[in-house]
Amino acid sequence: MQNNSNATITDRAQTEPAFVRRALVTIALIFLALFLLLPLAAVFSQAFEKGLVVYLEALKEPDTLSSIKLTLITAAVTVPLNLFFGVTAAWAIAKFTFPGKNLLITLIDLPFSVSPVISGLIYVLIFGLQGWIGPWLQDHDIRIVFAVPGIILATIFVTFPFVARELIPLMEAQGKEEEEAALVLGATGLQTFFRVTLPNIKWGIIYGVILCNARAMGEFGAVSVVSGHIRGMTNTVPLHVEILYNEYNYTAAFAVASLLAFLALITLMIKTFAEWKVRQQLENN
Amino acid sequence: MKLSKLTTAFTALALALATSTAVLAANVTLLNVSYDPTRELYTEFNKSFAAYWKGKTGDTVTVKQSHGGSGKQARAVIDGLEADIVTLALAYDVDAIAEKGLIKPGWQKELPHNSAPYTSTIVFLVRKGNPKKIKNWGDLIKPGVSVITPNPKTSGGARWNYLAAWAFAFHQPGGNEAKAKEFVAKLLKNVPVLDSGARGSTNTFVQRGMGDVLLAWENEAFLAINELGPDKFDVITPPESILAEPPVTVIDKVADRHGTRNVAEAYLNYLYSDEGQKVAARHYYRPVNTRIPTRLAKVKFYRIDDKAFGGWQKAQKTHFADGGTFDQIYAPVK
Amino acid sequence: MKLFKRHNNVLPGFGVTLGFTVFYLSVIVLIPLSALVFRTMGLTWGEFITTVTAPRVLASYKVTFGAALIAASINAVFGVLVAWVLVRYKFPGRRIVDALVDLPFALPTAVAGITLATIYSSNGWVGRYLEPLGIKVAFTPLGITLAMTFIGLPFVVRTVQPVIEEIEVELEEAAVCLGASRWQTLYRVIFPVLLPSILTGFALSFARGVGEYGSIIFIAGNMPMVSEITPLLIITKLEQFDYRGATAIACVMLLTSFLMLLVVNLLQKWSRRYAE
Repeated sequence: MQNNSNATITDRAQTEPAFVRRALVTIALIFLALFLLLPLAAVFSQAFEKGLVVYLEALKEPDTLSSIKLTLITAAVTVPLNLFFGVTAAWAIAKFTFPGKNLLITLIDLPFSVSPVISGLIYVLIFGLQGWIGPWLQDHDIRIVFAVPGIILATIFVTFPFVARELIPLMEAQGKEEEEAALVLGATGLQTFFRVTLPNIKWGIIYGVILCNARAMGEFGAVSVVSGHIRGMTNTVPLHVEILYNEYNYTAAFAVASLLAFLALITLMIKTFAEWKVRQQLENN
Repeated sequence: MKLSKLTTAFTALALALATSTAVLAANVTLLNVSYDPTRELYTEFNKSFAAYWKGKTGDTVTVKQSHGGSGKQARAVIDGLEADIVTLALAYDVDAIAEKGLIKPGWQKELPHNSAPYTSTIVFLVRKGNPKKIKNWGDLIKPGVSVITPNPKTSGGARWNYLAAWAFAFHQPGGNEAKAKEFVAKLLKNVPVLDSGARGSTNTFVQRGMGDVLLAWENEAFLAINELGPDKFDVITPPESILAEPPVTVIDKVADRHGTRNVAEAYLNYLYSDEGQKVAARHYYRPVNTRIPTRLAKVKFYRIDDKAFGGWQKAQKTHFADGGTFDQIYAPVK
Repeated sequence: MKLFKRHNNVLPGFGVTLGFTVFYLSVIVLIPLSALVFRTMGLTWGEFITTVTAPRVLASYKVTFGAALIAASINAVFGVLVAWVLVRYKFPGRRIVDALVDLPFALPTAVAGITLATIYSSNGWVGRYLEPLGIKVAFTPLGITLAMTFIGLPFVVRTVQPVIEEIEVELEEAAVCLGASRWQTLYRVIFPVLLPSILTGFALSFARGVGEYGSIIFIAGNMPMVSEITPLLIITKLEQFDYRGATAIACVMLLTSFLMLLVVNLLQKWSRRYAE
C-alpha cells in the first residue's frame, strides 16, 4: 500500500487541475459529437424512420442475408491471416535491427495510402481477363475477380497493415529485456513468445483485430471494383447498402448500414468485457 | 477457436465456389449485366421470362442481375465478369466489349431496331408546380436556374443529357457547332454538382433538395415520382430531345462456353415479344413495337447517328474523350 | 545472411518471421502493385508526363493533398486530445465514447458519405444552420476535408491511445519529484514519448485521406478544377477504357504516399532517438 505522501505525488503527477480536465473533456466531447455522434444518430434515425417492423423486414430480405453471410466469410478469412502476419512482422521488426527496416515498415503501411480504387484495380489487372493470368484462369474455370476470392483478396489488402501497425510501436516501446531474461532462464523461443511477449501485447492485438475486423466488414471502394455486383452472390453488406440506397429504398439502406454501426459497438463491448475479466483475474490472484 | 473459425470459413468458401460453378441439367443460370436504371425493369422481366421458358422447355431459368454505371459494367465484362448477356446504356460501351473479341463484330445488326428493344429519352424532373417555369432546353441556361446532371465522364446517362442539350442548340435556327458548345457551356455553369452516376444525381436532387431541375432518363424520372411521391415533383417532357437506344446483346464467348446461347438468345428475343414490350412500357420505356400502347408524350427526336454527332464512336471522341468539348468547357481560362 | 547482422541478439525466430513478412508482403502487396507499374509502361515518358501534369490532374492533386493535410492536422490535435481524455479522465459515458471512435471504420465509406452529405447539405441537420452564415460544407472542398477528417480520426486515436496507456506512472512521478510543473512534465516527458505515435497517426490519417473515394464522391460536388479528387480522375480514365492513363495517375499517387510514409517513418526513428 502506498503511504500518504506517495499518493499526492501520484495525483500531482497524473492529473491536471479540475478545470483543465473539465475543459479538455468538454472539447473532446463536442468534437466527437459533431464528427461521430451526429452521423451515427443520422444512420439510426433514418433506419428506424418507418418503425421497427419495417426495419426488421428490411433485414430479413434474402439478398440482405446473403450479403451478411458473404461479409462474415470475408472477415473470417481476412482477420486471422492478417493477425498472423501482424504478429510475425512486429516480432521481426520490433525485436531486431537490420538494414532496410524503415523501407519494410513503409511498405507495410503502403496499403493504407493506396486508394481503395487502386487496391481493387490491381487485382483486376492481374486476375482479370485482360490481365496477366486471367486467360489461364478462365481456361481452368477458376474465378478470382468478380467472385468471392477476389473480394477476400481485396479485403486482405486494405486491412493488411492494421495489426502490424498496432504492434510495432508497442513492441518497440517495450524493448526486449523481458524476453532475453526468459531465454536466459531456459525458456524456448515459443514459450518466451507465449508466456512473456503475448501478455504484454495483448491489448495491442485486440485493438488491431478490432480495427482490422471493422474495416474488413466495412470496406467499400476496393471490394466494389472486384465484386461484379451480382445480386445475392457477390454483394457484401456495404455494397448492398449502396444498392438499396440507389433503389430509393432509404430505410432499408440505413437499416443494413446500422448493422455495421451496431457491429462497432458490439466489438467494443467485447473489448470492455475482456478488460474487466482480466482485471478481475489479476485481483483474484 | 480461431482455427476452427478458419476451417469453417474455408469450408464455406469452398461451398460458395462450388455452387457458383455448378450448373445442373434443367437449371439454367444466366447473368444479365446491365446499367443502373434498369433494375426494376429486369426484376419484373426476369420473372416473366422464367415462366415463359418453364412453359416452353420445362427448364428452370434463374437470371442473376448486376447493375452499375454502364461504362463500369462494360469494363467488368471486359475484365472477366462472366455475363451471358449485357443490356447497357449506350452502344459505345458494347462496342468496347466487342473490340476485345468477346462479341462478334456487327452485333448491332443481330436484333431488330439496332438491337435496342426499347428506347428512352431525356426529360426534366422539376419541383412540384414547376416554379421556375422550365419547358424546354432553352430555359435551362437562364440565370438562377440550378441544373442537376451527373458527370458525362463517368455516367452513360449524363452523356445522353449532354448530347440532348447539344442537339437542341445545334438544331435551333442558325445553330452550329460553336453555338452548341456555347449553349452547353452556359448550361454547365448552372450545374452545382456533378455526381458520378445517374442515381447519385437523383438522390442529390431529391434528398438534398439541390437544384431546380434534374436532367434524367425518362423512366428514371417517372420512377422517382412513383417511389418518392407525386406530390413533390413533376416530369416535364421537352418538345424535342434525344432518342436513346440502350442496346442488348449476347456475349458470344461467354454464352458459348457456358452453353447458354439458346436461352440467352431466347431471353433477348422475348424482350421483343408483346409480353416483353409490355413490361418495358410498364416501366416507362418506349417500346419499339408501335402496337404496344405507351403513356409517354410524343417528342421530336434527334439521333446519335444524325449529322450533328455521326455515331457513338465519333461523338465519344469529340465530346467526352480527354480534351473533348466537355473538357474544353471546364479548362482553366489562361 | 551476413547482411542481416544480429547485433548479438539472443532472441530467436528472426529469419522465419522476417522471411514470412517479406513473403506475405510480396504476394499481397508488392506483386499486385507492380502490375500497376507495368501497365503504365505502355506509355512513353512524354505521354506519361503529359497525362500526370494535365491542368485538371494538377488541380486535383492540390484539392486532394491539401484537404488531406488539413484533415490530418485536425485529427492530430483532436485525436491526441480524445485519446488523452479517454485514458486519463473518468467521466460518465466514457466507454460509449470509446466505442464511437471506431465508427468511421465500421461504417461503409459510402454510407459515411451519404450520411455526412445528409447532415451538412443545406437542408440537413447542421447545414441549415451553417448556410445562413455563408458556410457551405456539402459539395465544396470543405466537404472533402470534413469527410477525410471523419475517416481519419480513429487512426490517430487508436495509435496514440495504447501508448498513453503504457506510460509508466513512475516517469511522471520522477518528474514531479525533480520539481517539474505539470506543464513541464507534459511537454518534456510525455510529449516526446507520444510523438512517434502521433506522427504515425498523422501519417496514416493523411494517407487514408489522400486515397479515399467512397465517402468523398457523395459530398464533394465533383466539379472539375474545384472539388474533383484524384481518385475520381482515375475512375474517369477507367470509364473511358484508358487503363494506361488511369494507372499513370495511380502510380503518381502511389509514389507520393510512399515517399510521404517513408519520411514520416524516418522522422519517427529520429524522434524516438530524441526521446531516449
